[in-house]
Amino acid sequence: MKRTSPWAQRAWLILPLLAAFLLLAAAGQARAAVDEGALQQLATGDFGARIAAIEAIGAGGGEEARRVIAALGAGELGVLDGRVVIVRDGRVTDVGGAVVEAAPDAVDLLRVNNRVRRALATANAALDLSADDATRRLAAAQTLRDNASETLLPVLERALESEQDDAIREIVLLAAAKVNLNADDPAKRLKAVTALGESSDPAVKALLEPFMAQDNGTWREPDALVREAAAASIAAIERRVAVAQNIGTVFSGLSLGSILLLAALGLAITYGVMGVINMAHGELLMVGAYATFVVQGLFRAHLPEWVDWYVVAAIPAGFLAAAAVGVVMERSVLRFLYGRPLESLLATWGISLVLIQAARVVFGPQNVELANPVWMSGGVELAAGVVLPWNRIVILGFAAFVLFLVWLMMNRTRLGMFVRAVTQNRAMAGCVGVPTARVDTLAFAIGAGIAGLGGVALSQISNVGPAMGTGYIVDSFMVVVLGGVGQLAGAVWAAMGLGIVSKFLEGWAGAVIAKILVLVFIIAFIQKRPQGIFALKGRFADN
Amino acid sequence: MRTPLTVRLFAKLPRAGWAALALFALFAWVWVPVAHLALPADHALHLSSYWVSLLGKILCYMVVAVAMDLIWGYAGILSLGHGLFFALGGYAFGMYLMRQIGRDGSYGADLPDFMVFLDWKELPWYWTGSDSFLWALLLVVAVPGLLAWVFGYFAFRSRIKGVYFAIITQALTYAAMLLFFRNETGFGGNNGFTDFKRILGYGITTPEMRVILFALSAALLAGVLLLGRYLVTSRFGRVLTAIRDAESRVMFIGYNPLHYKLFIWTLSAVLCGLAGALYVPQVGIINPSEMSPANSIEIAVWVAVGGRGTLVGAVLGAGIVNLAKSWFTVSFPEYWPFFLGFLFIAVTLFLPNGVIGLWSKLRGRHAPATEEEAEPAPAPAAEPAVLTAPPTESTRGAAA
Amino acid sequence: MSTVIDRDAEQANQREQWEGGANIGHVVQPGELDLSHDVILYLDDITVSFDGFRALNKLSLAIDAGELRCIIGPNGAGKTTMMDVITGKTRPDEGKAFFGQTLDLTRMSEPEIAHAGIGRKFQKPTVFEQHTVFENLELAMKADKRVRRSLFARLTAEEGDRIAAVLERIRLAGAADRSAGLLSHGQKQWLEIGMLLMQEPKLLLLDEPVAGMTDDETERTAELFVSLAGEHSLVVVEHDMAFVEALGGKVTVLHEGSVLAEGDLAAVQNDQRVIEVYLGR
Repeated sequence: MKRTSPWAQRAWLILPLLAAFLLLAAAGQARAAVDEGALQQLATGDFGARIAAIEAIGAGGGEEARRVIAALGAGELGVLDGRVVIVRDGRVTDVGGAVVEAAPDAVDLLRVNNRVRRALATANAALDLSADDATRRLAAAQTLRDNASETLLPVLERALESEQDDAIREIVLLAAAKVNLNADDPAKRLKAVTALGESSDPAVKALLEPFMAQDNGTWREPDALVREAAAASIAAIERRVAVAQNIGTVFSGLSLGSILLLAALGLAITYGVMGVINMAHGELLMVGAYATFVVQGLFRAHLPEWVDWYVVAAIPAGFLAAAAVGVVMERSVLRFLYGRPLESLLATWGISLVLIQAARVVFGPQNVELANPVWMSGGVELAAGVVLPWNRIVILGFAAFVLFLVWLMMNRTRLGMFVRAVTQNRAMAGCVGVPTARVDTLAFAIGAGIAGLGGVALSQISNVGPAMGTGYIVDSFMVVVLGGVGQLAGAVWAAMGLGIVSKFLEGWAGAVIAKILVLVFIIAFIQKRPQGIFALKGRFADN
Repeated sequence: MRTPLTVRLFAKLPRAGWAALALFALFAWVWVPVAHLALPADHALHLSSYWVSLLGKILCYMVVAVAMDLIWGYAGILSLGHGLFFALGGYAFGMYLMRQIGRDGSYGADLPDFMVFLDWKELPWYWTGSDSFLWALLLVVAVPGLLAWVFGYFAFRSRIKGVYFAIITQALTYAAMLLFFRNETGFGGNNGFTDFKRILGYGITTPEMRVILFALSAALLAGVLLLGRYLVTSRFGRVLTAIRDAESRVMFIGYNPLHYKLFIWTLSAVLCGLAGALYVPQVGIINPSEMSPANSIEIAVWVAVGGRGTLVGAVLGAGIVNLAKSWFTVSFPEYWPFFLGFLFIAVTLFLPNGVIGLWSKLRGRHAPATEEEAEPAPAPAAEPAVLTAPPTESTRGAAA
Repeated sequence: MSTVIDRDAEQANQREQWEGGANIGHVVQPGELDLSHDVILYLDDITVSFDGFRALNKLSLAIDAGELRCIIGPNGAGKTTMMDVITGKTRPDEGKAFFGQTLDLTRMSEPEIAHAGIGRKFQKPTVFEQHTVFENLELAMKADKRVRRSLFARLTAEEGDRIAAVLERIRLAGAADRSAGLLSHGQKQWLEIGMLLMQEPKLLLLDEPVAGMTDDETERTAELFVSLAGEHSLVVVEHDMAFVEALGGKVTVLHEGSVLAEGDLAAVQNDQRVIEVYLGR
């Protein structure tokens, strides 16, 4: 045979090599060498045997095993005369790393298919489970949770003994339990089924479900105790999943509510004071968001080391930009339309068209890109698939902060007192010396500025584009209507309630139907309480 | 004492109005067909199919403007949801047009293309009967009418008015738009209905059909104007403007404003539906963007530009704005939103009574309509000049 | 109050009659006004509060058929709120309001009450300013006020005569075709009274009808009201004592939402409590 001839030619080299090999092998043994039987299987067995061998090697652990697995993954592992060797850079070595004098093309390389690749990943994970780096251990544990086999059980059990990190331990526990699910011993199965009940992963539930299944009237799981335990575990998982999901939904509802609140607070002030529905309110959000974009650009250009804090600088910028637009609107248009609410509505809609188009011309019709700062990325994982993102948590807090500021302004400052006075009775306020025109401008500026703050917040969780504000006017008006004009507490309840209800409905019926249902609900609500919200009670009702 | 309604309908019109109507009829039913069909394409007076379609489209918009004027100008109720009724009429007739495609669609199936694309096996239940022309006509009237009636009943019963009503109608049309955007709703999702082939078996893109549709739109507009004219000069119309100006007084003299508002609101919605049904075959497409809030609010601007509270004003406004729009969107597409935006602002600030108001002002008069001045109506002295009745500042404030 | 139980039973009975009547099918046209006890308006223990403030506090009042009653009282005494309750604009929190023997005002809507025969003039004259004087009267005219009728309604000769007669009576015949918005304040007051007359109500509620009128106009208004009494019942709220004196009817003084005193003007003016809260200062 072709392969034997070079070997035969160099037969005289065998002796010293053999000696070296034995020496190295002995050294390797000391550092946990690869099981010879497994290597043998790898060299000569069929695919099934090879996969078992790979896992066994992985389970064995050690430096050599790592080398074998890596080489197999890279397509560098081959068989030479029934022995496993590694071919790298045109040199042939054995698994211990000792050079084997042979031509590389004499080696019959082992083919790697998908099954082998999967087995390799599992084996790698088994090896990584004892790594020093916790993130590697975590990744390994996650891999094993998805495809562990009985061969790896010892590895898992070893890991359970030594693992300190609770999160990793929990995953390893699951992985071990999953393997044991198929054990022949009912006691092992029972233990596994019970252990899986600790999970909150819907995928685990799917694993347990076969235990409750019947084939032609006979249970697939013969042991009644195991079945009972499985039922209990499934119920426990379901409960945990439901709780986690509900918490997730409530949270996203609150998050939506906080955005609605930021949008509605400004509207409540301007509507309360001037009776003007500012249809361009959504565009003021957009102004705030674009201001954030500009600030981000400035930071990137001039203060790259501080870029993570651009959002903080964007808060005053967004407020001022939107407030400036608001002042211009009030001074140039709305001032002349007091007492004509329907006309104001049309005029402010016109303003919104102009603002949208202006944004399109200045910043382009595409959405602009805003990066979350590092401290706002990521999130808190409540359970599998339920993550509370940091950016939303921050915005929730931000909304509370803005609410507090507005409350302070309305209740603790002279301007706030003026604003409240004008809201209640403009003519009377004017008579007692409140400078109504100035109050109007200031109130409008503040309302617009708060919308700008909403835009800053919005820029962190949604797309920033010219038309981003259009959907918000209706929603924030609904909040104002539900909460009652000029009532901060009402606005908070309405915004949060609307947010949570919308999100629950969304989960139940889809986003569009949810929107329609919310609308129907609001109309029904108005049916129930027409005067409470729509008109002042008493003899001032409609004159 | 019981004169037939039709006679009374016509008797209300002053002579100048008759002349205008006759001119309009001559234009729509004689000149346009001749100029489009008979004159050769290179003739100076030939009317291209682009223009016939554009004018036909604008006629439909004018009908919508009159419908909007009836509810806003006369009853003082601003609707930001009229685009919805227009689109519903369009969709109702579009269903019929989709069925008329038959097996000529790109999949050659019995079902409309979009349903084949969604892998639907049969028509949803609400498509039942959509292959019948008469059923389609019924739907065109009934769907917008019914929706308007139900919505209006609850809204007016709770005495929702002014800005609140406007916003809620906007929310309504917004929600409907989202619904129609969904593929599962069964109206073609994003793309809506298009690629129509026939009406009643006749090709939809033939010049003859184009002229027929144009003539029908013109007839609808003429009819709606006559009806509107009759309504606003009747006692009904006077109650309507009375409701606009002092609703509580109306209640205390024994009228129930709910029924009056509901009637004109539903009628207005039905007229929009009819206009939508004629609009769709002329433009060849209907999709959910017709329901976008922007479209509905634009209708209000047509009326505001022309002058609300006057039927002629609404027609003029729709014509002016839409001709400007088709010119702008061809020549300066990026400036159209600026123009429209500033138009909103300018009209509300400087032209509270629209073009008609400006014209009367230039002629040094305020209230009565120009038509009536040319030839006083042969009505009793008490016959009002309701054709022009711009609400005063104070009453507008009260509308909130 | 030994009659209370009696009255409750009676009212239950009346309600039955009224509801039975409604079943026959007259939804818009309510039942007939029953004046068998010669009392056109009962208010019994009416209480209305707005956010804790009691505008009316257990107010009880009865107006006889054909009577001309003046209501006086300081600002905030509840005069306008009382009218709101009678015309259905405000629903009382407690208490009963009956028109004649049978019509429960607390269960009727504003248009129904107007139809049953109660007309109201607002404190601030409220006319349709965009309409002519003639149209204002035409709109107010007693007629079938449903939508269908209004679409086809035409003025008959007889109706024209009635409008002309009222125009004469309110001295606006020369201004029939003027926009109501162009009238003077006093003329608007008269026009509104004219609109009331067109309604042919059984009971007229007039809230400060002579505010803004010249002495001459005030005098003529008093004459008009006196001539209406008997055929109609009138409730006039007024601050102008001379005008109240000219009307000459019974006077009720309201204070803090309930009746303080009742009787002819002289008696009331000498009542110590009335002097304290209202007349004297």
